[in-house]
Amino acid sequence: MSQGNMNLTLKVWRQKNEKDTGKIVDYKVSDISPDMSFLEMFDVLNEQLISKGEESIAFDHDCREGICGMCSMFINGQPHGPNKGVTTCQLHMRSFKDGDTIVVEPWRAAAFPVIKDLTVDRSAFDRIISKGGFISVNTGNAQDANNIPIPKTDADAAFSAAACIGCGACVATCKNSSAMLFVAAKISQFALLPQGQVEGIARAKNMVAQMDAEGFGNCTNTGACEVECPKGISLENIARMNREFFMANIME
Amino acid sequence: MSKLDSKIPEGNLEQKWDKYKSSVALVNPANKRSLEIIVVGSGLAGASAASSLAEMGYKVKVFCFQDSPRRAHSIAAQGGINAAKNYQNDGDSTYRLFYDTIKGGDYRAREANVYRLASVSANIIDQCVAMGVPLAREYGGMLSNRSFGGTQVQRTFYAAGQTGQQLLLGAYSGLERQVGLGTVEMCSRHEMLDVVTIEGKARGIIARDLVTGKLERHFGHAVLLCTGGYGNVFYLSTNAMGCNVTAAWKATKKGAFFGNPCYTQIHPTCIPVSGDHQSKLTLMSESLRNDGRIWVPKKAGDTRKANEIPEEERDYYLERRYPAFGNLVPRDVASRAAKERCDAGFGVGSSKMAVYLDYKAAIDRYGKTQAKKLNVTNPTAAQLREFGKQVVEEKYGNLFEMYKQITGEDPYELPMRIYPAVHYTMGGLWVDYNLMTTVPGLYCLGEANFSDHGANRLGASALMQGLADGFFVIPYTIGAYLSKEISVKPISTDHEAFVAAEKSVQSIIDKLFAIKGTKSVDHFHKRLGKIMWDKCGMARNEKGLKEAIVEIRQLREEFWKDVRVLGTANELNSELEKAGRVADFLELGELMCIDALNRTESCGGHFREESQTDEGEALRKDDEFAYVAAWENKGDYTYELHKEELKFESIKIAARSYK
Repeated sequence: MSQGNMNLTLKVWRQKNEKDTGKIVDYKVSDISPDMSFLEMFDVLNEQLISKGEESIAFDHDCREGICGMCSMFINGQPHGPNKGVTTCQLHMRSFKDGDTIVVEPWRAAAFPVIKDLTVDRSAFDRIISKGGFISVNTGNAQDANNIPIPKTDADAAFSAAACIGCGACVATCKNSSAMLFVAAKISQFALLPQGQVEGIARAKNMVAQMDAEGFGNCTNTGACEVECPKGISLENIARMNREFFMANIME
Repeated sequence: MSKLDSKIPEGNLEQKWDKYKSSVALVNPANKRSLEIIVVGSGLAGASAASSLAEMGYKVKVFCFQDSPRRAHSIAAQGGINAAKNYQNDGDSTYRLFYDTIKGGDYRAREANVYRLASVSANIIDQCVAMGVPLAREYGGMLSNRSFGGTQVQRTFYAAGQTGQQLLLGAYSGLERQVGLGTVEMCSRHEMLDVVTIEGKARGIIARDLVTGKLERHFGHAVLLCTGGYGNVFYLSTNAMGCNVTAAWKATKKGAFFGNPCYTQIHPTCIPVSGDHQSKLTLMSESLRNDGRIWVPKKAGDTRKANEIPEEERDYYLERRYPAFGNLVPRDVASRAAKERCDAGFGVGSSKMAVYLDYKAAIDRYGKTQAKKLNVTNPTAAQLREFGKQVVEEKYGNLFEMYKQITGEDPYELPMRIYPAVHYTMGGLWVDYNLMTTVPGLYCLGEANFSDHGANRLGASALMQGLADGFFVIPYTIGAYLSKEISVKPISTDHEAFVAAEKSVQSIIDKLFAIKGTKSVDHFHKRLGKIMWDKCGMARNEKGLKEAIVEIRQLREEFWKDVRVLGTANELNSELEKAGRVADFLELGELMCIDALNRTESCGGHFREESQTDEGEALRKDDEFAYVAAWENKGDYTYELHKEELKFESIKIAARSYK
């Protein structure tokens, strides 16, 4: 069992509700163990607040194993903090030093309004998926799974695109608040599979239209999304999406 | 006469489901449009049920407490999904999957349900591939399989170590498609807090909008609970932080019986606890046992580093005790064996409550085959290692990465340290063959029900069951009930039953705020978890269970006097959410102990120390306990036991051996 010995200053965004203007509030935590996850450090802070009779800090989290995509803290100017390829819940305190000051904010994007403190509304992502992030096959329609061989390279590439957890780090880090990487990952997954190609044109058009309607910005190829994506979703997907979208416009 | 009617159709086991499907009552398309169905939970079971029912024409409303249905905890399942496809030509069949599941469940599951599960398993793979789920493939373009615990065939389909994620996102895409078409209304960030019954039938729910705090009434001709398991009663488990028993528990207060609450699965391969701050435990997929070898030092209290312990001084205890299945014994067996070694003083790591899961042999083996594949002659040792690591990375890369993040150690270089942790609950609401609870119109699907895994679930079978229930069972069986409901007009939510249910929910919320105690919700949750783990965990005995019951009652009283819930009810308030869930766990925990106390045999995940063989293996008592224990909640923390006898007609019930 590891002994906690880190003392930290936290500057945390507090915002009562969507209408509140919000502000940064300073907190001190002590005896933090390097084996704690970042969210466990927040658990300690919240326990501390409750014992003082103050309201705890609201933040989204669920699986705490880096796969559900719910946790979403903007830590020292980076979504999910300093480490590459991890979500906030998988960021551990050994990545920080005793005496550090850490600034924690919510995702910031017009399409992700703050609900409370560090919790934001990402339902725009669901609405984009509902416009085309699927293959239109009803239950019971399927033929034998091995009837259509899929080259391993295509299956692997589709899988890599499908690894997106929908956390929104790409949007949070983008200076334009663009959701291109998220949308491109889903379009690519299906574009790479024979089953998905059937409705490729409608998918690209409809998903992109919804993305625009939600108020996400455009892509200016800075590549920040790829760097910050905890699942390593590649920029190539955006290129593929642009091809799909271009084709869709020609075909119309 | 038992109150329980399992409604298992007549006929041969192999034909029951086909015959039933062809004879069960149907609802015509026009009538479907006027029938409303509520689905609570959006994991594999909930999402697949909701999309399938909406495709058929029903009006569906789905609720989940997360910010998006895509986040349900099915997403965290790692290893795979079983299906009797026999693509590997290794002798698999529907019967063999059925047999393995019954045996794996230690002969405590219902034959007819399990056979149906096995027979629809192949359709699930077909459906998911058609929906664009990128399952792993071989170079020829065909689907790939791996082995899993408790079986001797390769029938597990997978997507690296993220099978649950890919399947859930597939089911979610089907659900969102229906949302886009307007056939499903999705209510995210909503928590169900009560079932509404009218004249004995489920007619809706009370849900709290977690953002505004407003209580809402929702009508449905039928209500489907797809709300997952209750492993978080132990506080530390591999479940997500939000996983809870509330929906199922509220249902027990409206007449739904709870089946086999004491059957919990302790998963053998999890990352060990590192300190008191720990909020959850992380699983290392069972698929790792395919290639990894589990061992402890032969000498008790050995303090040397793993790499310094020579081969002949290592005890590969699973291979030693169970030569036929080796590292691939079922989970309950592997967990108990790890506990036995650690309790005997052979554990490793700073806490001594861990064993090694070692990949060195696999890396060496894969290195050699990969060198051949790449035509590298006379590879150096370093090259072989690199090749081997590449193969292991492709198969399990995300798991190794996760281990590294959590422990700070590199599992390619050092063996992983693992220890058992609470993972899955086989118990759940009692359901009949139609997946209906003892409340007419109230259904329960997936992990939340008790039905298919007996006393122990085999790996890669949870995903199978969730999708089987949602895609291929409920769309048929719900007709048996709804065909009789076609003339029922939607009931106004001003009905007195809705008013009363909302009032009762409100009173619980008010009560929680009124306590103004001194201790946080987590404080009580941790204490409950410790009682459960110590006394109703991997090994149970009469004395401990009796003590646990007393302690839980005391803790519950203390909770209702001293819990501190701050803030208000009219906003996002995670402390209030947690308080409601822990209040229910404090009742469920007691029932789990009561059930464990009643069942004086050992079976599957339920190990009563009083009932074991000379070799320390679980000893069943089939004459006394070949039944499902279904508990009726009589109020005031009293429960009445109802028994559903388990009849084995197609399988000869036998001692379970993996030796």
